[in-house]
Amino acid sequence: MKRRMRKILEKITEGILFSSSTVTSLAVLLIILFLFREGLGIFTSTSVDRNNVLAVHSLNPVNELTTQQIGGIFNRDILYWDEVGGTHDSIILFTINEIGNYYNEEELGTDFEFLPQKIDELISHQPNMIAYFPNLYLAGNFHGKVLPHNKIGISEFFAGKSWYPTSEPAAQFGILTLILGTLWVTLGAILIALPIGLVTAIYIGEVAHPRMRSFFKPLIELLAGIPSVVYGFFGLVIIVPMIQKTFNLAVGETALAGSIVLAIMALPVIITIAEDAIRTTPVSLREASLALGASHWQTIIRVILPYSRSGIIAAFILGIGRAIGETMAVLMVTGNAAMIPTTFLEPVRTIPATIAAELGEAPYGGTHFKALFALGIILFIITFAFNTMVEFIRPRKSK
Amino acid sequence: MKPGKRLSQFIVFNLFGLISYLIVVILFIILGFIFIRGFSVISWSFLSAMPAEGMTGGGILPAIIGTGCLVVGSILFAFPVGVLSGIYMNEYLKENWFKKFIRMMTNNLAGIPSIVFGLFGMALFVNQLKFGDSILAGSLTLGLMVLPVIIRTTEESLKAVDTSLREGSYALGASKLYTIRRVVLPIAFPNIITGLILSVSRVSGETAPILFTVAAYFLPKLPSGIFDQVMALPYHLYVLTTSGTNIEESRPMAYGTALVLIVIVLIVNMIANAIRRSYRKKLKLR
Amino acid sequence: MPEYKVETQNFNLFYGDFQALKDINFHAEPNTITAFIGPSGCGKSTLLRVFNRMNDLIDGVKVTGKAFIDNMEVNDRSIRVDELRKQVGMVFQKPNPFPKSIFENVAFGLRVNGISDRHFIEERVVESIRKAALWDEVKDKLKKSAMELSGGQQQRLCIARTLAVEPSLILMDEPASALDPISTGKIEDLIFELKKSYTIIIVTHNMQQAGRVSDYTAFFYLGALIEWDKTIKIFTNPTNIQTQHYVTGKFG
Ligand SMILES: Nc1ncnc2c1ncn2[C@@H]1O[C@H](COP(=O)(O)OP(=O)(O)OP(=O)(O)O)[C@@H](O)[C@H]1O
Ligand SMILES: [Mg+2]
Repeated sequence: MKRRMRKILEKITEGILFSSSTVTSLAVLLIILFLFREGLGIFTSTSVDRNNVLAVHSLNPVNELTTQQIGGIFNRDILYWDEVGGTHDSIILFTINEIGNYYNEEELGTDFEFLPQKIDELISHQPNMIAYFPNLYLAGNFHGKVLPHNKIGISEFFAGKSWYPTSEPAAQFGILTLILGTLWVTLGAILIALPIGLVTAIYIGEVAHPRMRSFFKPLIELLAGIPSVVYGFFGLVIIVPMIQKTFNLAVGETALAGSIVLAIMALPVIITIAEDAIRTTPVSLREASLALGASHWQTIIRVILPYSRSGIIAAFILGIGRAIGETMAVLMVTGNAAMIPTTFLEPVRTIPATIAAELGEAPYGGTHFKALFALGIILFIITFAFNTMVEFIRPRKSK
Repeated sequence: MKPGKRLSQFIVFNLFGLISYLIVVILFIILGFIFIRGFSVISWSFLSAMPAEGMTGGGILPAIIGTGCLVVGSILFAFPVGVLSGIYMNEYLKENWFKKFIRMMTNNLAGIPSIVFGLFGMALFVNQLKFGDSILAGSLTLGLMVLPVIIRTTEESLKAVDTSLREGSYALGASKLYTIRRVVLPIAFPNIITGLILSVSRVSGETAPILFTVAAYFLPKLPSGIFDQVMALPYHLYVLTTSGTNIEESRPMAYGTALVLIVIVLIVNMIANAIRRSYRKKLKLR
Repeated sequence: MPEYKVETQNFNLFYGDFQALKDINFHAEPNTITAFIGPSGCGKSTLLRVFNRMNDLIDGVKVTGKAFIDNMEVNDRSIRVDELRKQVGMVFQKPNPFPKSIFENVAFGLRVNGISDRHFIEERVVESIRKAALWDEVKDKLKKSAMELSGGQQQRLCIARTLAVEPSLILMDEPASALDPISTGKIEDLIFELKKSYTIIIVTHNMQQAGRVSDYTAFFYLGALIEWDKTIKIFTNPTNIQTQHYVTGKFG
C-alpha cells in the first residue's frame, strides 16, 4: 500500500518536473505565435485608415495613389496633378476640419446632417481637389471618385525610406531607415567591441597571472550586471556631451554614442565566452608548441586561437546579437531621427528603440501597433537566427 | 634567432594588458561617477518619500516598492519553474533529441531581446489574458526572461555534484526522488541560489519588458494588489532623464535613482560571489 | 664535446609545499639512451620536464640545486627558454599532433623559429618524416589532417616534428604507452636508430622496453633517485633491494 503511494508520488513529481521543463519551449512558441498574430496584420492593413476616404472629382484621370504620393501631396511636396499622372493643374487639398472655410454652420446643419451633401457638392465643383474625410460623411449618392485603399506591400514596408507612422492621411511604414539604423549602430559597436573583447579574452585567459584572472572575472561580471538604463544614463550625461564637444556638433546624440555604449555593453559577453573557448585548448597542444621552441605569443597565434576559433566566433555572434537587441541605452543616446545614416556623427533610430518609444502611443490593434509588432518579428528572427547559429558553431563543452 | 620574437611578445602582451585594464577603468569611471554624483542625493527621505514637484523633488519610494514587487513576483514564478526544469533536464532526461530541443529553446529564450519580451507580455498577459498593466503581467514577463538563467545555473550546479554520491545513495536502496531531495539538492543548493540572486539583479534593472506591461510614469501611491500598476526604478530613471517635465531640475533625482540601482546590483553580485566562494571551499573539503 | 650532455647537481623541486624531487644527482653522456623507471608519482615526468623547463608553466614550482645541458645551467637568467626548448625536443605520452596538416605539423617548429625559406622547410620536413620512419605511410597525404592518422602514426609524426628542429637531446615521456604492440615495436626501433645522433631520455613503465632500448636505467622512488647504472646491471644485479623488487615486479 505504502509502496504504491510512493510510486504514484514519484510519477506525479516526474510529471510536474516534465511540465516545468517545457515552459521555455512553450514560451518561445507563444512568443512566435503572438508576435506573428499581431505583426503580420501589417500586410493586410492599409496606410490610409479604413475609417477615412480619399476622394477626387469623378473626371480626374488619377485612379490610384501610392502611400508616398499621398504623403507628398499632403506635405505639399507634390503640387501639380501631372506629377502623379493627372493633368497639369495645381492640387487643392481638403481635409474635414477645413469645411468651415467653405460653408457656415447653418448650411451644415446643427448636427452636421448636411455635411455629406456639402462635401459631395464641394468636390463636384472643384475638379482639382483631393479630399480626405471620414467614411461617415460619404454621401450615399456621392458623385466624386473614391480612391481605393491600398494594402501595405512587403516591398513598401521593407524598402520604404519613410517612417511616419502617425502622419495623415497616409501613414508611412517604411522600415529601411530603422533597419539600416540598427545595423549601423551595431556595426560601430562591433568595430569597437570585437578587437577589444578578443584582446582582453586572450589577456585574461592566457597571459594574466591566475590571481589577476580572479580579479578580472568578477569585474567583467559586474559590467554585465549593470542595467541598460544606467548605461543609457551614463552615455547621456558623459559620452553624448563628450562627442558633441570633440566633433563640434549641434547635438551629441549620435550613432557613435550608441555604438560606444553598445560596445561597452557587449564586451562582457564577448570576453566571457571567448575566454572560455580559449581555455578549452588542451594543455597537451600548448605544451607541444612550447616544447618546439615557440614563444608564448606564437603559441597563442598559431595553436590556441585556431583551436578555439569556433568558440570565439560564437562569442562574436552572441555579442552582436546582444547589441542588435539592446533597447533602452540606445534609445537614450542615439537621438532617434529616422534618417538613413551616412556617418557615425548623425542621429539614428534603431528598431528596438522605435518599438520602445512608440508602442505606448500606438492605438491597440491599429496599423501603427501592428507595424511595431512586425518590427518585433524582425528583431526576433534576427536574434533567433544568431542563437541557433551559435548552437551549431559552439563546440560542446567536453568534460 | 631574431631578437624581435621576444621583443614583439613583450610589446604585445603589455598592450593587451593595457587594454584589459582600460575596461576595468571604464567600469570604475561609470561606478565612481554615479557614486559621486548620486551620493549627496541619497537620504532617508529620498528613499522613503513619494516623488513631488513634478518629479524634481521628493523621493522614489513607490519606484523602490514597485521594483520590489516585480522582483518578488517574477522570482515566485521563475524560481520554482526554473529549478524543477533544471532538475528534470539534468537528473531525468537522457542525451536525446528532446533534451537537445529543450536546451536549444532555453538558449534561444535567453537570447531574445528584452523589448521583444515587452511586446509579448503586452500581447499575451496585458491584452489576451486581460491582466491589464499590472504587477502580475510585468512579473510574468520578467519571470520568463530570467527563466533560462535559473535553469542553466540549476543544471550546472547539479552537474557538479559527483555521480558517486548518487550511486552511493541508490546502493543503499534509496529511490530516485529521495536521492535528489536528500543527497543531490542539499549539495547543489547554494550554487542554485547564486542563479536566483543573479536573476534578482537582472529583474531589478530591466526596463524594456516592463514598459508596456506594468510600469507607471508617475503614480505616487503604493500598490494594493497584483492587478495594480507600479512605478519601477529603471523606468523611473529613464523617465527622469528623457521625458520628465523638467529634465534639468530632475537630474539630481536621476543620479540618486541610478545610484540606488547600482547599489542593488553591487550588493546582489557580492552576495552571489560570497556564496560561490564558500561553496567552492566546501566542495574542496569534501 | 662536453663530458655530459645532461647533468643535475643536488636538484630539488617543489610543487608548492610538496617536494616532488629530492636531491637528484644525475648525468647522461652524449649519444646514450637513459630510461627512467619507477612507480607512478615518483617524479619521473617532473625531472624530465626540468630539462626543457616545461615546469615553468606550472604555478608555484620552486627549484633548488642545478641542472645543466651541455654545461649550461638551464635555470640561468641568461638562458632563453625558447632557445633551450629548441635544443631539447620532447615527445609526450599521448600523441598530440596539432589539428593541422601532416606537413604543417612538422614545419611548425621551423616556422616559429623564423625560418621561411620554402625549399628549406620542404626538405627538412621530408627528411624528418623519413627519419621518423613514417615516410612510406604518409608520403601521399602530406596535406591531409594529422588527426586522420592512427595513434602510432601520430606518435611518429610527433617525433618527426621534434626532429625537424634538430635538437641534440630528446625527452620522451612514456612515448609508447598509448600504443598497440606493433606501433610500440616501430617506435622502439626508431628510438634505437635515433641514438646514433641524439641523446635520449625515456620514461617508461614497461620493464622489457627499458631493457630493450636503453644503455642506462635510473630508478626513482618517492622523488628520490634510488639507483642508477648500466641497464644490464639494474636488471640483473641491482644493489638496492627496492630496485630489485621493482624490476622483478614484486613491488608493492
Ligand atoms: N602540477 C602539479 N602540481 C602539484 N603536484 C604535482 C604536479 N604535477 C605532479 N605533481 C606531483 O608530483 C609527483 C610527481 O609527479 P610526476 O608526474 O613527475 O610522476 P611520474 O613519476 O611521472 O608518474 P607517472 O608514472 O604516473 O607518470 C606526484 O606525486 C604528483 O602528484
Ligand atoms: Mg609521468
